[in-house]
Amino acid sequence: MDLVVFWIAAGVAGAAAVNLIFQSKPINSVLSLVVVLFALAVIYLQLSAEFVAALQIIIYAGAIMVLFLFVVMLLNLQKDQFLSERRPTLRSFGVLLGGTLIIEISLIARTFAARGVHAGAPVVSDDFGGVRQVGHLLFDKYLLPFELTSILLLIAVAGALVLAGRRPGAGIKGKSE
Amino acid sequence: MIPLANYLLLSTVLFGLGVIGVIISRNIITILMSVELMLNAANLALISFARWHGDPGAHVFVFIVFVVAAAEAAVGLSLVIAIFRRKNTVNVDDLNILKR
Amino acid sequence: MLNTIWLIPLFPLLGYIINGLFGRRLTRYGVGVVGCLMVFLSFLFSLLAILFLRGGEYRLAVADWVVSGTFSVSFGILLDPLSAVMALTVTGVAFLIHVYSTGYMAHDEHFSRYFAYLNLFVFFMLVLVLADNFLLLYMGWEGVGLCSYLLIGFWFHKDSAANAGKKAFIVNRVGDFGFALGIMLIFWQFGSVNFPEVFAAAPQVLDFGGGMATAICLLLFLGAIGKSAQIPLHVWLPDAMEGPTPVSALIHAATMVTAGVYMVARCATLFTLSPIALTVVAIIGAATALFAATMATVQNDIKRVLAYSTISQLGYMFLACGVAAFSAAIFHLMTHAFFKALLFLGAGSVIHALHEEHDLRKMGGLRRYLPATFLTFTAATLAITGFPGLAGFVSKDEILWNSFASPVGGLGFWIVGVITAGLTAFYMFRLLFLAFYGRPRYAEETAARVQESPMSMTAPLIILGILSFVGGWIGWPKVLGGGNSFGHYLEPVFAKAKGFLPPGSHHGHSTEYLLMGLSVGIALVGFIWAFRWYIRRSPAREKLKERFGALYRLVLNKYYVDELYHAVIVSPIVGGSRWLWKYFDDLVIDGAVNGIGRLVRQVGQAGTRPQAGYFRGYAAVFSLGCVLLLGWIIYTLR
Repeated sequence: MDLVVFWIAAGVAGAAAVNLIFQSKPINSVLSLVVVLFALAVIYLQLSAEFVAALQIIIYAGAIMVLFLFVVMLLNLQKDQFLSERRPTLRSFGVLLGGTLIIEISLIARTFAARGVHAGAPVVSDDFGGVRQVGHLLFDKYLLPFELTSILLLIAVAGALVLAGRRPGAGIKGKSE
Repeated sequence: MIPLANYLLLSTVLFGLGVIGVIISRNIITILMSVELMLNAANLALISFARWHGDPGAHVFVFIVFVVAAAEAAVGLSLVIAIFRRKNTVNVDDLNILKR
Repeated sequence: MLNTIWLIPLFPLLGYIINGLFGRRLTRYGVGVVGCLMVFLSFLFSLLAILFLRGGEYRLAVADWVVSGTFSVSFGILLDPLSAVMALTVTGVAFLIHVYSTGYMAHDEHFSRYFAYLNLFVFFMLVLVLADNFLLLYMGWEGVGLCSYLLIGFWFHKDSAANAGKKAFIVNRVGDFGFALGIMLIFWQFGSVNFPEVFAAAPQVLDFGGGMATAICLLLFLGAIGKSAQIPLHVWLPDAMEGPTPVSALIHAATMVTAGVYMVARCATLFTLSPIALTVVAIIGAATALFAATMATVQNDIKRVLAYSTISQLGYMFLACGVAAFSAAIFHLMTHAFFKALLFLGAGSVIHALHEEHDLRKMGGLRRYLPATFLTFTAATLAITGFPGLAGFVSKDEILWNSFASPVGGLGFWIVGVITAGLTAFYMFRLLFLAFYGRPRYAEETAARVQESPMSMTAPLIILGILSFVGGWIGWPKVLGGGNSFGHYLEPVFAKAKGFLPPGSHHGHSTEYLLMGLSVGIALVGFIWAFRWYIRRSPAREKLKERFGALYRLVLNKYYVDELYHAVIVSPIVGGSRWLWKYFDDLVIDGAVNGIGRLVRQVGQAGTRPQAGYFRGYAAVFSLGCVLLLGWIIYTLR
């Protein structure tokens, strides 16, 4: 049963990822990525990572992707600005490169984690991956990184405001005024 | 039981797809999304290993990765907007002022 | 006292430094005083040195120069009768010429530079003469060559002067090359270049008449040919007349050109070990003497006549060396210094008075206006032509006698010498008559300003005139009742060399009287000939010129030797250089250098191409790198 769920989720994720790359309209890519994120959330659940799965949906799919969506809508790209790589040689080169990368990493992973890769998962407690456990870690053992991330977010906010903030009187070019 | 290898394979495939996306996309936004894809692949690997070693610390790591991804997306997209205002293009090939 | 003789060359060096660095700030008077005083001090010390030396030999090592393994050379002085006599002659004549120069160069704007160079010259000449080893002598040799170049081209803004300086230096260089090779051979054979060691070991190291001895001597003599303007390297001396007249007097009459004679005399031990070399020296000397005398007879520039005369007289000195009459050569060197310097200074006085007129055809009748110059000039003329009793007579006669009587001499040498003596008489009296007798052939306005030179110029003339008269008396030959103290004084220096000569036949006094009389007679013939042509204005002169027009032109043009050299040596070298410049320097060397620059630029430009701002390119290369790295990891893990 688990295997079926896994394969469905994995397949959906993979297909959506491929779609993300080869779509010409950016909006389609955004939506594909959302699909990938949902599929991954399913897999996280399968891996007893409930907290993370929830966060994935709330933060990633719910906030970051919305941000992407907003930007895409804001830019309002016209037809002639839809782009994807047309030239076949460069396309195949890129694909080749990525493919090789996949193969290599698999080979390495196989060599390293030779033991136990094909085995089943060990038994873990019910608490594993739950909010309580992860929350405990966040505020206890990993408090410093946690606080630092808040500063990181602050910086990001400031940066985003400065970079994209509207100048008084400036509009978005490209529209016939 | 689902072997670890499956999850790792999925992670690897998603990562590779992300790399391909970065290389062959001409749209900056697509590139950014490919980067997000790569980050997610890494997260998947992290969660898998956390499960197999019984160490929830990796979940914290994933949490941090979320935050980083968010910050990066925010700043990156605001850069895209700023560039679009100037050059009216999202074609990464047009961003070549550094060229000699 | 003798341990202070290192000061002798140092005084003029000091003068060079003072006048060279501060000359512009001193007054003319100051510069002149410094220059003359330094040379006078050298003269004084030389005089004291010769008195204290008492005919022996004194060696003084002043400082180490090169000490390398077994080779050691020092800045050392060898004071023996030969070098003492030379030092005295050089400093004495140089002093008189310095005094003369204060008058002659009084209106020149580069007064201090002139005196600086003149002092520097005296320094190098003294180094040359007092050196105790070949290397130091060579240093002095090169140094006087340098000063000669500087002084010939003193008025360097004149093309002819600059070219003459270059010519002198380059022709000298040819000779110096041979000289250097000779010194190297000496070092190779002897392991040392110090005079006492080399000359003491010479008979053991070199086989008598052997190839090595001959080679060394011929190479050394090559240097002398260049420095002393013998055939075939004589071409620079007439051109050197472009320099100021006192320079011609000092360097190209009395001192520098005699360096070759000194060097051969110093190496007498080596030369007598090689009869072939000796004969070569004698032949070249004799040939040069005759050859130059013929050219002197037709020159119209007063200084050129004297220049060729100098070449001719130097030929006499080498003839003497070639017949192993070394002290005769040095004796003639000394007397020649007196009367030739006097002749040049007198010519300078004439030129000065006529405001830079050099052409004999435009002179005349000067004996009325320049009495002191005329009298001293006449004295010198009488001396050089061998008027009995005067300096030139004694020294030249000794040479002529020895060229016949020496074991390595012969009648042929004597005949050449005598004919040259006749020609000498002819051209010298021609010079005298053209310049000082007859009606003035110069313009009226110059005539009004002709006046005798100032005391600074005439005083040295008078002193030299006296020396030309009595200078010969210290070498008065035995055959006429004298004791030849000069020859005896120099005897110990050449005694060893004389020992290698084959035994000669004895010639009686009667032969000597006969030959002496013949040479005086021929000189008389020369005088009469000149008299008839230039005083009596015999028409024969014009007719002869017409009849032998081609011959006349040949001699007038110096037998076209310069043109020959130009065609055979100079033109090919210049042409070759030009070819090298156009095709090698421009294309190959510049090409290589520029090519490297271009290469660097191209590589740089190629290096910028990856940085095209092409983002995806960066990403692709990045990924490619990762792929390769991972591949390598897999490979090593396998």
